[in-house]
Amino acid sequence: MDKFIRIKAEKINFYYGKTQALKNVSFDIYANQVTAIIGPSGCGKSTFIRIINRMHELIPNTRCEGKIIFDGEDICCDPAMDVVAVRRRIGMVFQKPNPFPKSIFENIAYGLKVNGIKDKHYIEEKVVDSLKKAALWDEVKERLHESALKLSGGQQQRLCIARALAVEPEVILFDEPCASLDPISTAKIEELILELKKEYTIIIVTHNMQQAARVSDRTAFFLLGEMIEMGDTQQIFTAPNDKRTEAYITGRFG
Amino acid sequence: MERHFDEELKDLNKEILKMGVLAQEAIFKSIEALKNRDKNQAQEVISSDRKIDELELVIDERCIDLIARHQPMAGDLRFITMSMKISTDLERIADLAVDISQRVLELSDKPLLKPLIDIPKLAVLSQEMLNDVITSFLNANADLAKKVILKDSEADSLRNLIQEELLNEYICKDRNCIPRAMPLLLIARHLERICDHATNIAEDVIYMVNAKVVKHHPEKLGNGM
Repeated sequence: MDKFIRIKAEKINFYYGKTQALKNVSFDIYANQVTAIIGPSGCGKSTFIRIINRMHELIPNTRCEGKIIFDGEDICCDPAMDVVAVRRRIGMVFQKPNPFPKSIFENIAYGLKVNGIKDKHYIEEKVVDSLKKAALWDEVKERLHESALKLSGGQQQRLCIARALAVEPEVILFDEPCASLDPISTAKIEELILELKKEYTIIIVTHNMQQAARVSDRTAFFLLGEMIEMGDTQQIFTAPNDKRTEAYITGRFG
Repeated sequence: MERHFDEELKDLNKEILKMGVLAQEAIFKSIEALKNRDKNQAQEVISSDRKIDELELVIDERCIDLIARHQPMAGDLRFITMSMKISTDLERIADLAVDISQRVLELSDKPLLKPLIDIPKLAVLSQEMLNDVITSFLNANADLAKKVILKDSEADSLRNLIQEELLNEYICKDRNCIPRAMPLLLIARHLERICDHATNIAEDVIYMVNAKVVKHHPEKLGNGM
């Protein structure tokens, strides 16, 4: 099967002030696959994922060099690129669920309205569709106008996923999406990710390497700002090429 | 909750069943080849063995992959680890069908030493045991697996009977019949080994279903399994 490269990172170097957090990171993300990024704390994995949809621009005193090619364009370091357009096409789900202090319905409708959509019927359809895709519809269909803050942690996280899906992204970034969830909610999110990859390209950063093993097709191992190794998840977890990868995944360090 | 992992477990199940069916076919054909003195059929069993060998490698790789990627626990872990062992036994069973076929080729240009009575009986027993143990795996039926284990002594007795007859009534009386007697003796041994492997699989099925270790401990078979 031909694999189509959705995002290409080329020689990414990133600095927080004078500290270099990423060193010459280059790799390909294939379409309709889940790519996991693993590594010990401080390895640069969250920094890297935030560059992909330019969240790093919210942090002062940072500098990024290199390219992130998406649909033939450099979306990372080109100041002329429309950041809002990038973030609509490349959505993000964060570690701590962050629903707006609004109703469940409004949480999802908000992104559509901000993008200029006014058709009520369309908005309603989109809300239902997103909630179904995020496997949350059955649990909330009777209470769409209740506050999103009343939902459980796992439900809030799925709401955040529905919110990201509503604006029809092509790529979804997950930055440790289950770190604050219980095991059952985690399992539900993981099953959801496996379903979502049929339609979307997914990148997940996780400090839980067993999670990476369970959900991803390809895995990249980062250490001290460098990408040490990347390959099919099956190969990385059964026969990694680099000794440092082996040491990390067998729990000998990190 | 339905898991994507369950689909992968079902796929593994199918591969084991496929291998079981191929092993059954191999035994059946090798015995038909013996009864009909059919060199072509014997040769077919020998050349088809490669497919079964490759399937063992596929299953091994898949099991290792499932363990690495899914950290299976409890019943899932027992299913996957026992699948690895069962595929080894099935591969050995298929090899024994090849061995029987090779004996058939050795006998094909010689007149039959005696009418075949007990060897076909032992062949039927081995096929029954293999069929039952595959069914026990498919249905997670520990009771059926236990019945397979209990039949193994019958296989041993039949093999001993065949051996004694060939040694005492033929080989000891006329050494010229050795080229025709030895292959038959070996076929009996091959069939009895098939029964042993079916017994191994049955022990693995019991562990898979009940987490009970009866391997090397036949005395535990009776204890409310």
